[in-house]
Amino acid sequence: MKAAVIVFPASNCDRDLKVALTQAMGREPDMVWHGESELPETDLIAIPGGFSYGDYLRAGAMAANSPIMREVVKRAEGGTPVLAICNGFQIATETGMLPGALLRNAGQKFVCRDVDLLVTSQNERFVGCFEQGEVVRFPVAHHDGNFYADEDKLNELEAEGQVAFRYVTPDGEQTAEANPNGSLNNIAGIYNKAGNVLGLMPHPERLISDELGGTDGKRFFDHLVNSIV
Amino acid sequence: MKARVYISLKNGVLDPQGKAISHSLQGLGFNSVLDARQGKTIDLDLADMDRDAAAAEVEKMCQQLLANTVIENYSIEMLD
Repeated sequence: MKAAVIVFPASNCDRDLKVALTQAMGREPDMVWHGESELPETDLIAIPGGFSYGDYLRAGAMAANSPIMREVVKRAEGGTPVLAICNGFQIATETGMLPGALLRNAGQKFVCRDVDLLVTSQNERFVGCFEQGEVVRFPVAHHDGNFYADEDKLNELEAEGQVAFRYVTPDGEQTAEANPNGSLNNIAGIYNKAGNVLGLMPHPERLISDELGGTDGKRFFDHLVNSIV
Repeated sequence: MKARVYISLKNGVLDPQGKAISHSLQGLGFNSVLDARQGKTIDLDLADMDRDAAAAEVEKMCQQLLANTVIENYSIEMLD
């Protein structure tokens, strides 16, 4: 299996993603610079977290218009799986690959901590390793993670089963206290309509060994790689 | 040719910065403040060209990059 990690100026989780993917795949992913207009043949595209272009204008706005993203959007439309984490999620909404937008956190503060997430929809490729309704733990680290979509779009996402993860208590309850950023319906991650693009604010690549505090992320990447191979 | 683009969050979109501004103003005793919304302006310096053509070009810039129409409204003012 081959994977490609897209690297923008001021991406800062690209190397974490490389480590997570290398651990799962047994080979290194291609690291593809944003200025490239050609994407190598790949079975998975990963868009990493960070602060591409310094979050100028809006988080993800500049990166969404960089040359490589035209190719990424084309591949996504062709069915290639895309994993968009944190700033990657912001970039994916800015390109229109995913609906909605990510606003400034409701509490105005940068939030950096582990969160409990309810696996909301069953998408075999991305979360087949988790039971539907299972609570998993990944860290968040963001200033603009407040998911917003207008009422019609939000209802559509819910009705179509496109909500991937929600912020919950460790017992799986969806409460305001468990929501770190004010996201509508506690949404932490969504799929596109076709189910081949997953965007999420939390960072599965940061919990891939016991030394890092947990292995829910390792389960996630091991399964993702196995389901694509 | 100069153009000014005003960008604001749509009604109903939470604006935490605007909220913080209105709280601060109220804290300073400006009790007339009921709410505040924060936006941004972008001043563009354009090559000399037909005014309508320039306006159409700026409109395209707003659609493609300057505004995210999922959450933002924009308006364009052509100057001089």
